[in-house]
Amino acid sequence: MTAPLTFRGSAAASAPHLAQGSPAARPAPVGAHVAIKGLSHSYRRHDGKVLDGIDLEIRAGEIVALLGRSGCGKSTLLHMLSGLSHPSAGEVVINGKTVREPSPRWVMMFQAPSLFPWMTVAQNAALGLRFTRRTKEIATRIPEILDLVDLGAFADRNAQDLSGGQQQRVALARSLAPRPELLLLDEPFSALDAFTRRNLQKDVRDIARDLGLTLILVTHDVAEAVRMSDRVIVLEANPGRVSCDTPITLDEAERDGGSDAFQGEHARLMKLYARAADDAPRS
Amino acid sequence: MSLAEPSAAPSAGSAGRSRPRSLPRLGHARGIANAALGIAALMALWWLGGWGIAHDPDLSAFADFAPAPTLTSLVQMVESGDAARMAGPSLQRVGLGLLFATLVGVPVGIVIGRMPRVHEICNVPFQFLRMISPLSWMPIAVMAFATWNGAIVFLIAMAAVWPILFSTAGGVRRIDPAWLKVARNLGARPVAMLLTVILPAVAVDILQGIRLALGVAWVVLVPAEYLGVTSGLGYAINDARDTLDYARLGATVVIIGVIGFGLDAAVGQLVKKFNWVRSSAH
Repeated sequence: MTAPLTFRGSAAASAPHLAQGSPAARPAPVGAHVAIKGLSHSYRRHDGKVLDGIDLEIRAGEIVALLGRSGCGKSTLLHMLSGLSHPSAGEVVINGKTVREPSPRWVMMFQAPSLFPWMTVAQNAALGLRFTRRTKEIATRIPEILDLVDLGAFADRNAQDLSGGQQQRVALARSLAPRPELLLLDEPFSALDAFTRRNLQKDVRDIARDLGLTLILVTHDVAEAVRMSDRVIVLEANPGRVSCDTPITLDEAERDGGSDAFQGEHARLMKLYARAADDAPRS
Repeated sequence: MSLAEPSAAPSAGSAGRSRPRSLPRLGHARGIANAALGIAALMALWWLGGWGIAHDPDLSAFADFAPAPTLTSLVQMVESGDAARMAGPSLQRVGLGLLFATLVGVPVGIVIGRMPRVHEICNVPFQFLRMISPLSWMPIAVMAFATWNGAIVFLIAMAAVWPILFSTAGGVRRIDPAWLKVARNLGARPVAMLLTVILPAVAVDILQGIRLALGVAWVVLVPAEYLGVTSGLGYAINDARDTLDYARLGATVVIIGVIGFGLDAAVGQLVKKFNWVRSSAH
C-alpha cells in the first residue's frame, strides 16, 4: 500500500484527508483546528534548537500521531500545543487564537495518569469542571463520562484502588469531562501491558471519532501510530523537524493489527521512521 | 467498549494472605499486653523510687512522691474539679500558641517549599532561630507583651512554629510535579491549586508537624507558666513545691503526662484520617 508523502514541513499545503473509514457516519467535528506556524525552540538562549521551523496544519476532528525517536522534540512540541510551555519563536494557533496558556479546551493526557490519591474516581474526573467553576455540570457530566470510559461502577472508589489501565481511563475521563476541542496524548499508554494498551488505543480512537475531537498523539511506537491515527507526522531529531507527513489509509476493521493492510502500513512507516532517524545528526 | 482491565487486587495482597489468619488479632492483643507491661514497669519503678525515698532519712520529707499518696491526691483533684481548673488555662495557652504557630508556619512553609530561592534565603536564618531554646525568648516576651498570658502564648508559638514550618515545606517539596502540571493543564488558578492540590497533598505533613509542635509546646508550657501567671499546670507545680505539697505536685505531673499523651493520640488519629497513602496502592 502506498500513500502520498510530504517531506520537510510543507504539510500545511497538502494536509492529508481524514480517516478512510466511513466519514459519512461520523459526527460533524467539534474538534479544534490547529496551526503551528514557524515554531522553533531552544531551552536556553545559547543552546542548540530542540525544534526548528515546524509548520503544520491539523484539521478539526483529525487524529494525528507525532512519531519520532526519543529526543526529537515531540513531547516538547505537545507541551507547546497545550500552552504548558512557550516556543522561542513562532506560534501555535488553535481555532484562530494564539495559545498562551493551558486551557480546558485543549487538554493534555500524560504518560502517567497522575490521579490525586486523596480523591475518588468521580472527584478526579471532575477536576477540570471544578477548576473552571462549572460545578453545576458535575452531577450530570461525570456519570456520563465515567460510563463512556467504562468506569461508571467505580465512581466512588479511591483512585488508588484501580489498576494501571483503569487509572489511565480515569485520566481520560478527567481530560474529556470539560468537553475539550483538542486532546493531546503524550505517550499515555507506554507504561501499560500490551493487552491493556491495545484496548485503550482502540477505545480512545473510538471516543475521539465519536465526539469529533481533534486528537494529537505523541508516540515512538509505530504500531500505535498506525492503529490510532488518520495521519502520521514523522519527526527527525537534532533539531526536531518534520521529516514526513503521511496519511494512514486503513479502515477501522484493519486497524487491529492482524491484517495485511496493517502490516503494509506498519512496514511503510517503519521505513519512514528509520529514514528520519538516519537523516538526523547524531547527538 | 469493554472493561478490559481486571479490577485491582484486594488490599491485603499476597503478603497479607500468606500470614496465618489469627495473627493480626493476636498482634492487637499483644500490643495491649505490652503496653500494660510497660505501664506496670513504670509503676514498679515509681513505687521502688518512692520506697527508697521514704526509707532514706535525708529524703523522707519527699515521701509523698510515692504512688499511693500521689494517686490519692490525683483522685481528690479530679473529684474536686481542681484538675480541670488547672488544665483549662494551660490547654487554652497551648491551643492559642499552636494556632498562631500554624497560621505562620503553614503559609511560610508552603512559600519556602514552592520557591527554592526563598528556601535558600531563609534556610540559614530559620535554622539559626530554630536552635535557640524557646525559653531564651522569655525576657523579650515579658518586655514585648502587656500580659503574662500573652508572653506565655508567644513562647509556646515560638517553640511550635518550627516543626510546623519545616514539615510543611518538606511536604510541599515532595509534591509530585505531575500533579501540579495536571492541575495547570486543566485550568487551575493559584487559589484552586492551593486548595485542591497543595493543601490536601501536604495535609499529613502539616498534621505531623503539628504533632511534633504539640510535644514541644507541652514541654515548654510548664516552665513558661512559671512566669507571673496564677493559673495553669506550670503554676500548679510551682505552687505545690512552694507549699511542700509533694503529693499534689506528683499528681500534677501525672495530669500533665496524661493530657499530653491524650493530645498526641488525638493528633495521631487525625494524621491517620488524613493520610491518603494506601499500603495496597498499585
